[in-house]
Amino acid sequence: MDRIPILKLRGLLLVSIQVDMHDRLAMQLQDELTQKISETGARGVLIDISSLDIVDSFIGRMIANIAAMARVLDAETVVVGMQPAVAITLVELGLNLPGVRTALNVDKGMAMLESAKRDLEDLPDADARHKE
Amino acid sequence: MPVTKSEELELRSAADVVSVRQAVRTWAIEAGFSLVDQTKMVTAASEIARNTIDYGGGGTATLELIVESPRRGLRVVFEDKGPGISDIQQAMTDHFTTGNGLGLGLGGAKRLVNEFHISSRVGEGTRVVITRWK
Amino acid sequence: MSAATDAVIPRILKTHEAELLEEWLREQLSAFRVGAKIFESELRSQSREFLNLLQQATQGGNVGDVQGPSYGRVRDMLGDISRSRSLQGFSPSETATFVFSLKRPLFARIRIELATDAESLATVTWTATELLDRLGLYTTEVYQKSREEVITRQQQELLELSTPVVKLWDGILALPMIGTLDSARTQVVMESLLQRIVETGADIAIIDITGVPTVDTLTAQHLIKTITAARLMGADCIISGIRPQIAQTIVHLGVDLGAVITKATLADAFRRALDMTGQRERVLKSRA
Repeated sequence: MDRIPILKLRGLLLVSIQVDMHDRLAMQLQDELTQKISETGARGVLIDISSLDIVDSFIGRMIANIAAMARVLDAETVVVGMQPAVAITLVELGLNLPGVRTALNVDKGMAMLESAKRDLEDLPDADARHKE
Repeated sequence: MPVTKSEELELRSAADVVSVRQAVRTWAIEAGFSLVDQTKMVTAASEIARNTIDYGGGGTATLELIVESPRRGLRVVFEDKGPGISDIQQAMTDHFTTGNGLGLGLGGAKRLVNEFHISSRVGEGTRVVITRWK
Repeated sequence: MSAATDAVIPRILKTHEAELLEEWLREQLSAFRVGAKIFESELRSQSREFLNLLQQATQGGNVGDVQGPSYGRVRDMLGDISRSRSLQGFSPSETATFVFSLKRPLFARIRIELATDAESLATVTWTATELLDRLGLYTTEVYQKSREEVITRQQQELLELSTPVVKLWDGILALPMIGTLDSARTQVVMESLLQRIVETGADIAIIDITGVPTVDTLTAQHLIKTITAARLMGADCIISGIRPQIAQTIVHLGVDLGAVITKATLADAFRRALDMTGQRERVLKSRA
């Protein structure tokens, strides 16, 4: 059975979903990610969906769940690489991804996460982090 | 309406949703759909296939290439012998993002296809037919 | 047209199928020019199927009613053949020949069958000619429609080419739209915009509609959907050049622009885009 690898890169976690997901795999991914965020203290999660030619409500829910759990653990989530046909379909489907930011590709996504991280670190007051 | 090609697929486990998606993709390409239309059809099929398994207790998905001169299309018929849906109207308006128990993707799937028919009887089962024309 | 004469054609089609097929094939093959793009085996199976379907269709009486339900499968089959021949580049006559070339073999058969009954011979021959004429014309109609579809598709492709997406600056694209936007055109153009966003890695796309006199609900909704899709992908859009009339239409139609950024001119939109991508300072400095 395949597992989805989670990469650690500069304090961020990077996941590339390339396989047609089914329930067990999705559950597994959510569990592992939550674990890893906790373990590594990662401040950001980057989900690369550039290989997905389909995103249905199940995958959408999974992504929203990951973002919610990451948020609880004080990490931001960015989804990158959504294909145009997928984006158009999602809009028609009426699916929105609450609490999930998006970027065009991995580079931009990482830049987004890193600048968010940087902004927070610049703040003198630790309490101010909770306002972000 | 003439069916030029037909295939029935089993819907028992989550892995079958993947099979149905791949089959619908292939047939949508064969029917000459644009990339966006393919994606819409496959996504709609995925939604309903999941429903059939999660709420219908499993069933079948029958793919059909249809011709209604001069247009051609792809139709998928989902059938299950599950508990059925007591209030179809409500089921169609449920939004999966609200995160409540049902979260059926029926309303969304309807927007992705040209024709959508659903019939259901409590205690007997549900039948959903989705069609997209080229 | 009596029941007895009505039954002649289906009977002939059934009893003499094999001979009819051979003679008809001979007629068809001789009608095509040398180097024709059709294979005999394909033609044979098409012809056999047609005879079969025609036999079934004429079985139910009302032989001349080609638009009726009993001729459904015949029409479908002819439709398929016409469409494929039009796409393969056959001429309309070559396509209609499929049906018309059946006349001679069929009439020959009818003449033999009704040799002793001059009146029935006349009636049945007339029915047969009417029938095949109608079916032949049907193939021409489908052929025509098929050609139109090709032309429409080519027009769309031309439209795509004529509405180029321009790179204004690093990460900033512009899509100047000109002329009336109909739903189909907007769809095509928008899909290509999203594709270009991915290809160029743009952060912002400016959709300029200065050159668009009117917009209908569907188009407005389509614009909104495209912008939402772009945002889902990680890019922002700005609409520029909204004329007062269009602004009125949008309000009248109750279309909710929501969080979509709008600017009066392309220049304003560009300035805004530079701000958004943090490049304004760099540009100002380079002008100094």
